[in-house]
Amino acid sequence: MAFIDRDISDRRGKSLTARLHLDMPLLAGLIVLVGFGLLILYSASGESSDQLNRQIIRLTVAFMAMIFLAWIPPRIYKKWTPFIYAGGILLLLAVVVVGEEGKGAQRWLNFGVFRFQPSEIMKLAVPMMVAWYFSERKLPPTLRELAVVAIIIAVPTYLILIEPDLGTSILIASSGAFAVFLAGIRWRILLSFITVTIIYAPIHWLFVMQAYQKQRVLTFLDPEQDRLGSGYHIIQSQIAIGSGGLHGKGWLQGTQSQLEFLPERNTDFIFAVLGEEFGFFGVLLLISIYLWIVGRGFMISIKAQETYTRLLAGAITLTFFVYVFVNIGMVTGILPVVGLPLPLVSYGGTSMVTLMASFGILMGIQTHKKLLPG
Amino acid sequence: MIKNNQIKSGHAFKDHRQERQILVTRTVFAFIFVALLMISLLVRSWYLQVVKHEDYQTRSNNNRISVQQVAPNRGLIYDRNGVLLAENRSVYSLEIIPEQVANIDETLNIIKQLELIEDKHIGSFKRRLTGVRRFKSVLVKSRLTEQEVAIFSANGHRLKGARVEARLVRFYPYGEKIAHALGSVRRINDRDLQRIDQANYRATRHMGKVGLEKYYEDVLHGTIGSRTVETDVQGRVIGEPLTETPPVPGHDLKLSLDIKLQLAAADAIGDYRGSVIVIDPRNGDVLALVSNPGYDPNDFVTGISTEKYAKLTGSADQPLFNRALRGLYSPGSTIKPMLAWVGLENKFISERFTINDPGFWVIPNKEERIYRDHISWGHGQAVNVSKAIIESCNPFFYDLAYRMGIDVISENMFNFGFGQSTGIDMGEELTGIMPSREWKQNNRRSDWYPGETVLTGIGQGYWNATPLQLANAVAPIATGGVRHKLRLVIAENDHQQWQTKPPELADRQVDFGDGSSLDIVKRAMEQVNKEPFGTARKAFNDAWYSSAGKTGTVQLKTQTLDDDGKKVQPTRKKFNDNAVYVAYAPADNPEIAIAVVTENAGHGGEAAAPVARQVMDAYFKRESN
Repeated sequence: MAFIDRDISDRRGKSLTARLHLDMPLLAGLIVLVGFGLLILYSASGESSDQLNRQIIRLTVAFMAMIFLAWIPPRIYKKWTPFIYAGGILLLLAVVVVGEEGKGAQRWLNFGVFRFQPSEIMKLAVPMMVAWYFSERKLPPTLRELAVVAIIIAVPTYLILIEPDLGTSILIASSGAFAVFLAGIRWRILLSFITVTIIYAPIHWLFVMQAYQKQRVLTFLDPEQDRLGSGYHIIQSQIAIGSGGLHGKGWLQGTQSQLEFLPERNTDFIFAVLGEEFGFFGVLLLISIYLWIVGRGFMISIKAQETYTRLLAGAITLTFFVYVFVNIGMVTGILPVVGLPLPLVSYGGTSMVTLMASFGILMGIQTHKKLLPG
Repeated sequence: MIKNNQIKSGHAFKDHRQERQILVTRTVFAFIFVALLMISLLVRSWYLQVVKHEDYQTRSNNNRISVQQVAPNRGLIYDRNGVLLAENRSVYSLEIIPEQVANIDETLNIIKQLELIEDKHIGSFKRRLTGVRRFKSVLVKSRLTEQEVAIFSANGHRLKGARVEARLVRFYPYGEKIAHALGSVRRINDRDLQRIDQANYRATRHMGKVGLEKYYEDVLHGTIGSRTVETDVQGRVIGEPLTETPPVPGHDLKLSLDIKLQLAAADAIGDYRGSVIVIDPRNGDVLALVSNPGYDPNDFVTGISTEKYAKLTGSADQPLFNRALRGLYSPGSTIKPMLAWVGLENKFISERFTINDPGFWVIPNKEERIYRDHISWGHGQAVNVSKAIIESCNPFFYDLAYRMGIDVISENMFNFGFGQSTGIDMGEELTGIMPSREWKQNNRRSDWYPGETVLTGIGQGYWNATPLQLANAVAPIATGGVRHKLRLVIAENDHQQWQTKPPELADRQVDFGDGSSLDIVKRAMEQVNKEPFGTARKAFNDAWYSSAGKTGTVQLKTQTLDDDGKKVQPTRKKFNDNAVYVAYAPADNPEIAIAVVTENAGHGGEAAAPVARQVMDAYFKRESN
């Protein structure tokens, strides 16, 4: 009768991972991914051990963030969720007022010793808030509840959109939306929402979108049309991937990458380096690793004991997937160019710490469990 | 209302099992969705990497993107009327990118068989090749003729990795006649690389290394640009640049030089070794700057042949030596007007003061040394200051100098710019020697002797000056006003407009007081060119303009320094005097001041003054037209 999770019995053993509240299958996936990522980065950075060292330092910090969050029982941050969310909104407003600019966008808050992007907090705060909101209510949600959740999602999304940071606002909106989907929004409502979106799209195109945004979409639809301008990224990355073939040109042997033709080859377009040097098999391996991580995330979600943790785990997992899909989709040319890094592989990016923190939460959900009656 | 109630009741009976069921269903659904999208990424990769592989393989091989550095165009140099003095012309050079050549010797052999190069080119190419990065273009031969370019193009397919590159290279249309006024650019060598901003010079082959071109290098060079280009397997550029940061050309310069006057001055000095300087005394503008003989600066731009260079450096005439800037000549009698003015102004003499000139002079009460006049029978009784200037009477100035003493002389001559930089914007100027007690202590470790003051009175002894200094010393006499720093650049074009540079005052100035002393001196200088006994009267016969001048004939040998600062003893015609002449015109309202030095040419009035006459004729002919 009593359902005792195997992970809980593990905790009685004295294994280090259990004591640290780490989830072995997820950790293994992450370590393989990071290792493969460093291999690619070394090549993409032009064999720069300097960049490699910095990346390793960043990863170390990110893993520490993960271990820290895994150690906190989910009920703690569940209690604090509304405050985290409200604090995040305040920080976003602060960015609008006193934020620092970098690369033409105002995203940073400077605290003297360090500066960070409050939008990173929202990547976690939004799905947490939606999950918190649904956790005390009967599912599936009603229209009124959906309206409240829509506001919860829309406010931070808008604040980040005007920074402007399209990539992150998409991520945050979808992380909230995933929680709604997992909460069991009725298909009727979902379909009618999608229909409205499709009808609205041309209006948005005509009256809302900026010229440069339209250009991005047009370039995506036909990169050859702007071969020397914004189509350049897309064409060159496709040439790199395509020329890699089945087996790839070999590590450090990618002529396209090494001859510096590929822009942003160590950051957003690092997937093209993988495609060129490791070929289709390399791509298959990377996507398998990602799928493993996503699969494990869903397992944790299913096994979670309450609505809050279930929704949160599912939303985190889906958001991670969106990262992967949007980046690879953009580099392979099936999605427009949106500035998102390839998670845990691309060089730098403040998102790395947030990502690992979210995996820490996943692990915490898996490892802090009460004995429940079936 | 009813709905509301249902919700409320729903809260009361939250069904965990049902909720879990919903979540699990949705999660499974989501996972299937995720898996499908992941598969779509794999399908896309398969399409790119397997289906279209060959296509992309070809494009990858053909498309090589490279970043090219683009040299900025060097600023142009104009004369005051907008005539181009230094421009940039296309020059074709044959180059090889080592990385792209399978067998360098074979390629060089083919080029040699086409008679484009000789063995010496191969030798110097191999020297250049060492230590150069393999993908950088290395020069094989510069200055290809049109015909050679055509031969190369016809055989280009056999010469992979070799190419003909068109470059803009400095060209000086007036060559030799203006060489010393402009200086020149030369090829950048290893030593230069240590002193320049290498990033900004990555695409530049030449830099100003002499004279004005060197002095204004920062202004003329500009800022490097770059472009990303797509190249094919042979490294040939395909299509338009992908991205481009255009270089910023150097600023154009407008000089005070008047090329017509410059050419006239170069013609006037003819075969004499020496220098002609024409300045505008009102603002320090240098209108002509000739140092003769000159050399063709164009030879240095693309690399001078060893024989030619040896001929230039070996010549006793020292064509590479800038006499205007660095030639130190005893000024001789040309400084008599200045000394006379000092004597008058400080009441050592008056207009009515006279001496008797028996043809020599001795220091009062010390008759052990005789100082001779240049005419052995002397200038007779009652030589006053005007006559002393007009006929260049030495004893008058021996006496005056002796009585004034070296301190008064040197202090006042500093104000005329002797021993001081003229401030000309060329660099490497020598300041010459205006002797003083202090100078002698510092340089000769010895006290000043009265006999040396006597020689100073006729512009000889230790005293020396450059032709530029001589011209600039006459300028304040001509205008009776302030002395300016000499300058060549009067305006700079920053791509928007010409920025005119205001004239600058010299550091030391002469105070002419009420001008009465100056008037006496100026009248006398006019008579030098006019009066029957005037030392330059023959040269200025029938001049249609008024002028004033002073001749000098220097018995000493030139005391010139070569580039290393070593003394150079003239070997030719060493018994002949240096002829010196300074002048200004028109006499009443001077527009130009001139200094002429002709080495070993004889008498100042006979050799140097006619040169000045010819230059003035050219100036006033142009004016009247």
